Amino acid sequence: MKFDVDAIRSLIVGDKQADRVVPPSGFTAQLTLFAAGAMAFLAVFALALSLASGRLAARWGDELARTSTIRIVAPTGERAAQTDAALRLLETTAGVESARALTDAEQQALLSPWFGSEIDLGSLPVPRLIEVVEEPAGFDAEGLRLRLAAEVPGAFLDDHTRWRAPLVQAANRLRLLGWIAIFLIASAVGAMVTLAANAALAANAQVVAVLRLVGATDRYIAEAFIRRFTIRAFIGAAIGMVLGMLAVLLLPSASDDAGFLTGLGFQGAGWLAPLLIPIMAGAVALIATRVASRKALEALR
Amino acid sequence: MGTRVIELENVAYSYGGGELLSDISIKLAPGSFYFLTGPSGAGKTTLLKLCYGALLPTAGQVRILGNDVRNLDRDDVAMMRRKVGVVHQDVKFLDHLPVADNIALPLTVSGRQNEAGGADLGELMAWVGLTHRSAGLPPELSGGERQRAALARAVIMSPDVVLADEPTGNVDWEMSQRLLRLLIELNKMGKTVLIATHDLSLIRAAKSEVQARVLRISNRRLQLAGADL
Repeated sequence: MKFDVDAIRSLIVGDKQADRVVPPSGFTAQLTLFAAGAMAFLAVFALALSLASGRLAARWGDELARTSTIRIVAPTGERAAQTDAALRLLETTAGVESARALTDAEQQALLSPWFGSEIDLGSLPVPRLIEVVEEPAGFDAEGLRLRLAAEVPGAFLDDHTRWRAPLVQAANRLRLLGWIAIFLIASAVGAMVTLAANAALAANAQVVAVLRLVGATDRYIAEAFIRRFTIRAFIGAAIGMVLGMLAVLLLPSASDDAGFLTGLGFQGAGWLAPLLIPIMAGAVALIATRVASRKALEALR
Repeated sequence: MGTRVIELENVAYSYGGGELLSDISIKLAPGSFYFLTGPSGAGKTTLLKLCYGALLPTAGQVRILGNDVRNLDRDDVAMMRRKVGVVHQDVKFLDHLPVADNIALPLTVSGRQNEAGGADLGELMAWVGLTHRSAGLPPELSGGERQRAALARAVIMSPDVVLADEPTGNVDWEMSQRLLRLLIELNKMGKTVLIATHDLSLIRAAKSEVQARVLRISNRRLQLAGADL
């Protein structure tokens, strides 16, 4: 497949005379426009899903990977002493950047979704939690567990690996699904444009015959169709993209309470990403029409 | 190009297992005027199509403007057709474009639409008597007007040769004489003209005005190759 500078220039600049040789085809044009618009609308959501999942995976991966929790499960009378002992031990542990015991208020906030905000921690056998922040190099989790077992029998280390990995994997899978959806949407646009271009070429067999009779090259004939379908796909996708971005804008804003679902959208420079959708749709239409027109012109020989 | 505009040498053409033309040899000299005649179904249209590269011979050699058609790719054929004007009996236009744009179509597809000014196209339209129809659409034209528009389209690129397939088949006597005069004028401008027709009265009418030769095809073969009128 050959894309030379002249072909691209001709596509961008256009050739009003050449465009006129292909008769207007209202219904096909409207269908192409509509299908490209609908696909671009869906592509905006797929892109939003993919980018949001990517952010989630990064957040879970980066932030949780550097934190661990130590639970102090001990009788009420020994809990404070064991907490102090654990904190002292952590101060001498290589790879630990900082460690602190969560306050009653913080623990209460953690439990409030299940027990309500009026909970009295003293009436429940709630372990004391210590938040451990690692240095980038991390610490030896097994070594720390052994030391804790020896010096602070009520302390249990949870390095988050057990539940972090599936969450990160789920977010990555979701991101992959988003990209697969975008790929399928692009393929559907290509298939749709191919069908429309084939139909248009078949319906214009007489036009092709006349153009050949007067000395038009197949490339000239093909480009008249390619320009038409590429521009239609681009315009349709641009309209669909704008509508899709408006719909994303109208989604409820993200909040800690609602979590992931309301975080579906774009952030910062991510808002520029959908601008690529019409360009991609145009490129897909260009390739699809070029292939379709080559085959159709061969068949019309 | 040499001394021959179009040259067929021992050409045969078969289609669907049957041989339509056999052992055809023709040499059209520059500036000459030919009639290709024969009964309906004799293969006149097939022979004409071989002469402008719309068909490839199954045997023998066809040279158009010095080029062996077998060596031409599709773009080469397109370029060659800009130098070979063709008029069909059942002429086809782009019905959504005005008549003037249809006549200028060969200039458009060759990227030369700006070279021929309005005056040139206007002169050509006046020459074929269609000035008043320039803004109309092809379906609005009568049979004779369609043929004249086709002739104007065929010659707008100033081709070396004009091939006409039954150009007077759908028009009355008066219009056929008018078309014949236009073709004779073209010949007097130095163009090679080949008219395929079964209308012997057209050939007789040309006798007094042009030095034409007759090619007669019958039973798949050329029976009369270039006899003077």
